[in-house]
Parts: sequence; C-alpha cells; structure tokens
Amino acid sequence: MEQSEIKQLAIVSGKGGTGKTTIAAAFASLAKNKVMVDCDVDAADLHLLLQPKILTQEKYFGGRSPHVDLEKCTRCGLCTEICRFNAIDNGVVNPISCEGCGFCTHVCPEGAIVMVEAFSGDWFVSETPYGPFVHARLGIGEENSGKLVTVVRKKAMEVAQERGLELILIDGPPGIGCPVTASLTGVNLVLAITEPTLSGIHDLERILKLTEHFKIPSVVCINKFDINLGNTAKIASYCEKNGSRLIGQIPYEPKVVEALVNRKTVIDYPCNEVQGIVHRMWEEVESILLPPPSPLVGEGAGAAVQSRPDDAEVNMGTMAPDGGG
Amino acid sequence: MIISVASGKGGTGKTTVAVNLALSLPKGTVQLIDCDVEEPNSHLFLSPSIHQVASVGIPVPRIDESKCTYCGECAKVCEYHAIAVILKTVLVFDELCHGCGACPYLCPEKAISEVEREIGIVQEGSANGIPFANGVLNVGEPMASPLIRKTKEKVRKDKIVILDAPPGTACPVIETVKGSDFCLLVTEPTPFGLNDLELAVGMLEKLGIPKGVVINKADVGDRKVWDYCKSKDILVLMEIPMDRRIAESYSRGVPIVVEHPSYIQGFKDLFEKVENLYESSRRK
Repeated sequence: MEQSEIKQLAIVSGKGGTGKTTIAAAFASLAKNKVMVDCDVDAADLHLLLQPKILTQEKYFGGRSPHVDLEKCTRCGLCTEICRFNAIDNGVVNPISCEGCGFCTHVCPEGAIVMVEAFSGDWFVSETPYGPFVHARLGIGEENSGKLVTVVRKKAMEVAQERGLELILIDGPPGIGCPVTASLTGVNLVLAITEPTLSGIHDLERILKLTEHFKIPSVVCINKFDINLGNTAKIASYCEKNGSRLIGQIPYEPKVVEALVNRKTVIDYPCNEVQGIVHRMWEEVESILLPPPSPLVGEGAGAAVQSRPDDAEVNMGTMAPDGGG
Repeated sequence: MIISVASGKGGTGKTTVAVNLALSLPKGTVQLIDCDVEEPNSHLFLSPSIHQVASVGIPVPRIDESKCTYCGECAKVCEYHAIAVILKTVLVFDELCHGCGACPYLCPEKAISEVEREIGIVQEGSANGIPFANGVLNVGEPMASPLIRKTKEKVRKDKIVILDAPPGTACPVIETVKGSDFCLLVTEPTPFGLNDLELAVGMLEKLGIPKGVVINKADVGDRKVWDYCKSKDILVLMEIPMDRRIAESYSRGVPIVVEHPSYIQGFKDLFEKVENLYESSRRK
C-alpha cells in the first residue's frame, strides 16, 4: 500500500488525564485493518488495555553524550567555562543537565572528551487481539523523547505498509511540546479530547492552535461533559467558531474506571451509555478518514476522493480570536 | 524549601495539590511557580495580578555570508542537525537549535553570530499575598526545558516554594523537579495511575530527591497503589476522596480550600509531614 493511502489519526488533548488512552483503546476495539501506536513514550499506558505479546524489542540510541578520559584531563576548566547547561565541572559530566551538544568535546585541549552513543529507550512491536501495536518506553531520565516518538511512528508506517493496513491510530502525549509535535506531523486528522473545566478549555485552545499551525483538521470530544454544562456549552461554541467539529460528549461514568481496573476497553466492558457514544464517535472519525467510495464513479476516481478529506465540515476555517481563560 | 509537585500520569491533581497547598500555608511564607510551561493552569485558580512579563529566548546562529567560506565546520559540530551547508548555502533550522554556542565559537572565519529567538514568556505577579510566577511556551515551540529553567530563576529561597510540574517523566519534568528538596507525587488508584507512578518514582530515585505520595480520587479503582507504596517504603501523605463537588469546583476554577475550608487542615498536615520527612532525610 502507498504511504499516502494509509490514513493517520492522532488522539491528543493538551491537558493530561482527559481520556486519550481510554478512547484510543476503544477505537482499537472498533477499528479494522489498523496498527496502534502509543506515542506517550515517557508515560505509556495503552499496553495495559491491549494485552500485547511482544514480537520484537529494540534499543534506541537517540543522541550522544560526552565521555571524559579523566587520566587525560588536566582540570583546566575550559569545558566548565563554555558549557551553557552547567553540565560539566572540570571533566565531571552531570548527565541530568547535559543536553548532548558536544561543545566540550571540541574545546578540550587534551582531547580528553569524546561523544558516545546515548541510550534513549526501548521500543517494541507487539501483537494484540486488536492487531499490531508499536510502543516504547523512554529510559528513566533520558532525553530525546521526540525522537523516540518519531521512531515508533516510522515503524508503525512500515507495519501498515507490510500488512496492507489502511489506518494508523496514535495515542498521543499531553502538552504541546516536541513529543506532541512528533506525534502530529503528517497525520490526516486530530481528535482532541477535552473536559469541561477551565483547565480543559485553556489547554484545548492551545492544542488546537498547534494543530492549526500544522494545518491538520481536528475534531473534538468532551469527556465527563456533565460535570459542568456551562463549560460544555462554551467548548461547543468555541468548536463551531474554530471549525473543529464536536463529535462526542461522554458523561462521567464510574463504570469506565471499573473497565480500566479490569483491563478492558469501554467497548469490551459494560459502561452504560459510554459504549454507544464512543461507537458513534468512531463511525464519525471513520467516515472522515476512510469515506466509502462513491457508487457513481469508477474505482480510480473513488480512490482519489478517499485520499483528499476536503470535507468542508472539518476545514479549519478562520483562526478563532484568542479565547482567553 | 522547594517542594515540586509531579505525577507521571496527567490529570491526577498536581495543580490542585500545588494551589491548595499554597493557599493553606501562612500568608507571606509561600511562593507558587507554575513550571508546566506547555499548559500552565495554576493561574486559572489563583487569578494572580501580573506585574512583569519577560520574553525568553534561545540564542540561535546567524551566518554572515560575506565571511563564510562554506567549509561546513558548523554543520559538522552541530549534534542536532540544526545547520546544513549545501554548496554555497547555509541553512539554519531554528527549532532544532539548542543554543549551545558551539558553532559561533568554532567557526574558523568567525562568521557566526547569535540572535535571541523568543520561545515564550515568564510572568511574575502575586495572588492573595502569594508571590506567583509562570512560564508560557509559545504554541509551536518544541522545547519546554529552556523556558522552565528561566521560570525557575524566579525561585525565592526565603520562601516555601511550590513548583507545579508538567505531566510525564521526560525532560520538562526533570528540569522542573531537579534541585527541589522534596517531590510530592500525585496519583490515582487506577492501573494508569500506578503504572505512571512507578515511572515517576524511578525518575526521582535517579535524581535522588526524597518523595511522598498523595492519592487523589482515593475511593475509585483498587488498592494496588497503596500496596506498591508500602512495598517501596514510600509514605502516602494525603488522600483526597473522589467527590463530585471537588470536580465541580475544579471545573469552575475554584480551589477546594476556598469552597470547602474544612480541607485547609488536611493540606496543613500534608506540609507538616513533608517538612518532617525532609528534615529527617537531611539528617541521614
């Protein structure tokens, strides 16, 4: 399958704890012909619901870090002077502060410092009852989380191509920094999960600003919407103004936590109305990403229609005025 | 004393604990700094008046092509591939640059100077007599750590400083918690909460920072978080129940201790336990 024919959905939020992984796991249960990928590499949770059997495991060396031969070191202090990150003190490297820039290696008059490969984390390709799953675990205190995200995404694309899968489902990290941007680049659609709180609203505006920056269409889901109906209405109206379709509103439901404790997705465990709502959300997402070919045209034209999700309802429209708090 | 509030899992209640702890301590003794520069939230609960806003930048290289010989040395030394030299063109990829200063220093022609590229702002102000600061990363900027470093420069060593950390366990969290005297890990008793708590504990062990746990929404889920803490000799310093009223005040940006002053004592007790643990860890 051509890379361009494989569609990618990224589930993000801005705010942490809104329900990205819960929804990602539910979609894993509902979607066919897809590969799952967990891009929240420093706090990965999706594997807790997908029952993965690890097929391959690899170490990733994302950057380099300085190694000092203390026998050559004359304690001249030049490395200490030039390091902008306070990460080296007369030849002694502080790995927590070191950003791996290598400046010290070039200035050391004794050539006592060299750059060596630095371990960033492990990544895995697994098989699950829901299909193939690519995930990772950033090493404790390691840098380059954005690079590790790029690695798992690349691997997911390879798996999709090898197996003729039409969709990549990405469980993204919270925030808007480099692991998030690495999770978003090149995706066809973003699903932003939010909650009807001032924090949720504030953070949603920022993540949607980011998706606009990348010119990626977005849809929104409000989780636990009944906690604050006024804020839910605010979000609904913001979405309308911003051109991000609101595709679901999920009530607060204690059964969801029960499902998670039982390591089940909300589709595979009775959760009252939640199942139906999430099912409908998936159908919406599916219709945007993988619209059925039109019956009136031939196969070639149908394929062309599929690869251009120019649906007016998901176009970003004009930039919304700053929503403030 | 510097207390950081982190978690691992997002949405467990870091900002809730940081804000309510700050509001429960005697006026004039505490400072709150919001280091979640990607998605700062504590100002939504404190409504601080901001006195000062400062732009924060990273130094990025600019090439004087009249001096440049296209030798490619700058591209060779850059560990981030932020500079490329192709024939008679030098391309700088600002967003990849960490501002380390290597290329201007090492350019044989001294053809490289640095300009500040804004990545965000640091704001300073106060709320109810509590000195406040936060960092706000410009949307689209990938790197939070340099802004977090700048935000932490506002720490006032004469106060009890509470740092609200971002979620996760990667560089932004490490940048926030490093150098703090104690870290409170806020978790929830669910499989995700436990999984991420273990990662956060691993991170703090590597950094050598004493820690304690606050369990939020304590009556949902199961007991595995308590079992884990016991097995690791980590004290559970406070439990906050799953209370819809708390969720509702939170949704309106109202701190728990304002709507339900009965919680003030709980946060005072939390601080006392942290203080005692910190003192005893210093004596070891």
